[in-house]
Amino acid sequence: MNFTQIGKPLKRYDAAAKVTGKAKYAGDFHVRDMLIGKIYRSTIAHGYVKKIDISKAKALPGVVAVITFNDTPDIKYPTAGHPYSTDPKHQDIADRQILTNHVRFYGDEIAAVVAENDLIAREALRLIEVEYEELPVVLTVEDALANDAPEIHKGTKNIVGKMNYEFGNVEEGFAKADFVVENEFETQTVQHCAMENHVSYAYVDAQDRLTVVSSTQIPHVVRRIIGQAFEMPVHKIRVIKPYIGGGFGAKQDSCIEPLNAALTLAAGGKPVLLDLDREESIIGTRVRHAVKYKIKTGVTKDGKMIAREVSLETAKGAYASHGISPVAKQGTAFIQMYTTPNVKFDMISVYSNAPVAGAMRGYGIPQINYALESHVDDVAAKIGMDPTDFRKLNQVKEGDADPKTKLKILSCGLEECIDKGKELINWDEKRKKYANQTGDIRRGVGMAEFCYGSGTYPVCLEIAGARIVLRPDGSILMQVGATEIGQGSDTVFSQMAAEVLGISTDQVYLESTTDSDTTPFDTGAYASRQTYVSGAAVKKAALECKSRIFEAVKKRKEIAVEKLDIKDSQIIEKNSGKVVMSLADLAMDTYYSRENSNPISVDVYNQTKSNALAFGVTFTEVEVDIKTGTIDVIEIYNVHDSGTIMNRQLAEGQVHGGMSMGMGYALTEELKLHPETGKTLNNNLLDYKLPTMMDTPDLGVEFVETYEPTGPFGNKSLGEPPAITPAPAIRNAVLNATGVSFTRLPMNTQRVFEKFKETGLI
Amino acid sequence: MSDVLKKITFTLNGKERTVEVDVRKSLLDVLRDDLELTGSKKGCEVGECGACAVMINGESIDSCIYLAVWVDGKEVRTIEGIEKDGKLSEMQQAFVDEGAIQCGFCTAGLVVSATALEERGEKMSKDEMKKELSGHLCRCTGYHNIASAVDKVINK
Repeated sequence: MNFTQIGKPLKRYDAAAKVTGKAKYAGDFHVRDMLIGKIYRSTIAHGYVKKIDISKAKALPGVVAVITFNDTPDIKYPTAGHPYSTDPKHQDIADRQILTNHVRFYGDEIAAVVAENDLIAREALRLIEVEYEELPVVLTVEDALANDAPEIHKGTKNIVGKMNYEFGNVEEGFAKADFVVENEFETQTVQHCAMENHVSYAYVDAQDRLTVVSSTQIPHVVRRIIGQAFEMPVHKIRVIKPYIGGGFGAKQDSCIEPLNAALTLAAGGKPVLLDLDREESIIGTRVRHAVKYKIKTGVTKDGKMIAREVSLETAKGAYASHGISPVAKQGTAFIQMYTTPNVKFDMISVYSNAPVAGAMRGYGIPQINYALESHVDDVAAKIGMDPTDFRKLNQVKEGDADPKTKLKILSCGLEECIDKGKELINWDEKRKKYANQTGDIRRGVGMAEFCYGSGTYPVCLEIAGARIVLRPDGSILMQVGATEIGQGSDTVFSQMAAEVLGISTDQVYLESTTDSDTTPFDTGAYASRQTYVSGAAVKKAALECKSRIFEAVKKRKEIAVEKLDIKDSQIIEKNSGKVVMSLADLAMDTYYSRENSNPISVDVYNQTKSNALAFGVTFTEVEVDIKTGTIDVIEIYNVHDSGTIMNRQLAEGQVHGGMSMGMGYALTEELKLHPETGKTLNNNLLDYKLPTMMDTPDLGVEFVETYEPTGPFGNKSLGEPPAITPAPAIRNAVLNATGVSFTRLPMNTQRVFEKFKETGLI
Repeated sequence: MSDVLKKITFTLNGKERTVEVDVRKSLLDVLRDDLELTGSKKGCEVGECGACAVMINGESIDSCIYLAVWVDGKEVRTIEGIEKDGKLSEMQQAFVDEGAIQCGFCTAGLVVSATALEERGEKMSKDEMKKELSGHLCRCTGYHNIASAVDKVINK
C-alpha cells in the first residue's frame, strides 16, 4: 500500500501542550469555590459497620457535608467499562454501592466528606467514629470456597464465575503422547500505577444536569454507569474527559465517578474535587488478577503438541468489576496460540477480601502467557528441542481458525517475528555458548511469543463514531468518541483522516476532550481496539466527507464525481492531475454561496464484526548473579506483527512502555497484603517497585508489517501486546542461564536467591 | 495576619512575586492551587515520583515535599518558565522530536530536571544521566525515548 500520511512519524498532536505544562488534566481546572471530597475507608478487611458517628465531623467548621451508606441510594450497579448489553444475561455483575456498610476489603468506602479545603477534609475524616462487627478475612480461593466461609456477596457462595471448554479429547491425547509435562505456575497482584491518580470533579450545572469531569478511558460508559447508580436518565448526566495521565485499564472502570456525583449532590450541586492519593489509587481502584495455574501438555517425540490442558483459579478481590472476563479471556489466548487437536480449559474466579482485580493492560493475557510460554520452554527442554523450532512447529499460522469463534487468521507474521528476534539477539550462537555454564555469573537467552486480538468481537459489541466538519478554510474539524489517554490515538486518527481526504495533518483539528454531550458515541480506550475499531469509523467518516466534497464540486463544475480526487488540499481531475479548485475555495462556497450553501458535515458510526490477531515475540539476554539472586536484563527486543504501522515513533513508544511494564512484572512488582488482616502493605511508590530509568536497558523494537484485510488501513492491535511476553522471555532466559525452572512471579532477588538455595545452586 | 499565613517574596519564572502562603502548604500546592500553575503534577505527594519537580536556585527538587515558605528569597522555575521567548527550549523540543512524551503526566518534572542537568553544563555517560534522572517515574515510555532526548541535548 502506498500511503501519504499513514506510517509517517508524525509528532504527537498534543506534544507541545504537554511539554510546556499547558495541557489540562482533570485535577488542573480552577473552578471557583471548588470543594474537596475525601473518602473514609474501612480499617478492617471484612465485616459490617455496627455504628457510625459523623456528628463531630459535621460540626467541624469548613465541613460542607458528611455522607455515609445511609445517604446514598440503595442501588447496586456494575462498574466495568464494558458496552451495555440489552440482553440481561450479558450484563455486568451489579454488586457495587456508592458507599457500603458491608466492608469487603481493607480500604472499602464507608463514608465521605466534603469540605472547603483539603486540610479540613482530612481533619473531618479523623473525627468520624466507626464500630465494626468483624467477619473472618477471606484471601485465598481455598478460604473462599470453604464450607463455612462467610459470603462476601450474599447468595454467591463467593463464586464470581466459572468457565470451561474442551475441544477434542485431552485424555485420549495424553494417552497417545510420548511425553506428558506438568507444571504449576503462579502470578502476583500488580497495580497499574498510571502517573496520574484517579481524579475527577463534579457539579450540577445551570440546567440542573450532573456533570463529571474525569480521568477516564470510557467517558460514554461512565455516563451510563452513573445513570445506573442513581437510576437517573442519561440526559441528566454529562461526562467530560480532558487530558489523561495514563490509564492501563484501571480507568476502564467507574471507580470514583458515582461517588463524586453523590458528593456534589450532597453539597447542593457545588463543584467537588475527588482526587485520590497514590495510596488510595493503589488499594481503592483496580489491580491485576493474581492467578494460579495447573498446566499439562502431551507431546510426541518429534515435537508435536497433541493435548494441552490448563486449569486456573483466582481470588479476585472484593467486587466483580469486570467479572470473569479477564480470566475467561485467558482461555481464548490458550487455544489460539498453538494449534493442538485436544485442548481443555477451566477456570474459577472467587471473591476475596482484597483490592479489586479488574482490567489491566493485556486483560489477563500476561498471566496466562507467562504460564503457557514458561511451560512451553519446559516442554521443549523435555524433548530436547530448540524452543523457537518447537514453537514454529506448533504455533498458529495464516488460514487457521479459532475453534471457538471460528474467526480465521488472515494475516500472520509470527514466524518472521521469531526469525527477526533470533537474528537480533544472536540466538543460535548464544544458546550454544550458554548451554553448560558454571560459576557465579551466568548468562542466558530466552524468548516468548503471543497472539492478541484487536477489540472484543464477538464477545462484546464493537461500535465507534466519528464526525468530520469541513470548515470554511478547507481544514477539517474531527470529533471521535474514542479516548486519547496518552497512547497517541488522536495523532493517528488525524493521520487517517488526512490520508483519505488528501490533506496534510496540520489541516486536521481534532478536539482531544471527549464530552458525552457533544462527541459521537464510542465505548472507549481498551482492548487495543481504537486504531482498529474507531479507526474504521474515522475512515468511513473521511470517505463520506470526500464523497460529499465531490458532490459539491459536481454541482458547481459539472465534473463526474468518479473523475475527482484530492491532493495536497487541491481538488484535482484524477487522470490529468489538473486542479479543479482548491478545497478551501469549495469549502468557503459551501458556507456562503447564495445558491448552493450547504456546509459539509458528516457523522457516522461503524460496527466492527471482525477481530484480527496481532502477533509478536520478546527475545532477551539476562545475566544472573547466582550468589545474590540478581537478574539483570542485558538486552531485550520486542518484535511485533501489528499489521500496518500507523506511526512508527508512536508505535515504538507503545512497545517501549509495554516492555518496561512487562519487566516490572517479571522482576520487581508485587502488591503485598498482610496474610491475616488483608491490609495492603506496600501501597506507595517507594515500597511498590516500579522500574526506574536505571533499571531499564535500551529497549529494542522491530516490526514485521503484514497487511490485515479487516483493519481500516491494514492495521491490527498494538497498545497492550508489548507488555505480554517480557516476563516469560526473561524467565526462559534464566532457565537457559541456570537450568532452573522458575514458576512464580516476580523473580525478585529474594525469591531467586531462595530458589537457587532450594535447587542446590547455592 | 493569621498565624498560619506568612508573606514571602521569591522569584517565580523570572518575575518577583510576593504572596501570602499557608505555612503548612507544600510549594506544589501553592503553585497549583494559589498561583494556578498546574503544569507541575501531583503523582504521590511524598517525593517518590518526581512529577512535581521544579528548580529552586537551579537545583531540581520535588515541590511536594518542600514547604512553600522555604522559597522566601529564592528563585523558582517551573515547567511554565522553561520556554524561551515563547518558543520551546532545546530540551523541550528534544522531548517532542524523540517521542519522549505519551500521557504527559511525568513530562513536566522530567523536563525541569533534564533542564537543570543541561544547565550544569557537564557531559555525562548515559548511565550517569539515567542515575541523575532516576527519581522520576514514568509508566508509559519505558524511559527509552526520554533517555535519548536528554542524551541528545546534554551530550551534543
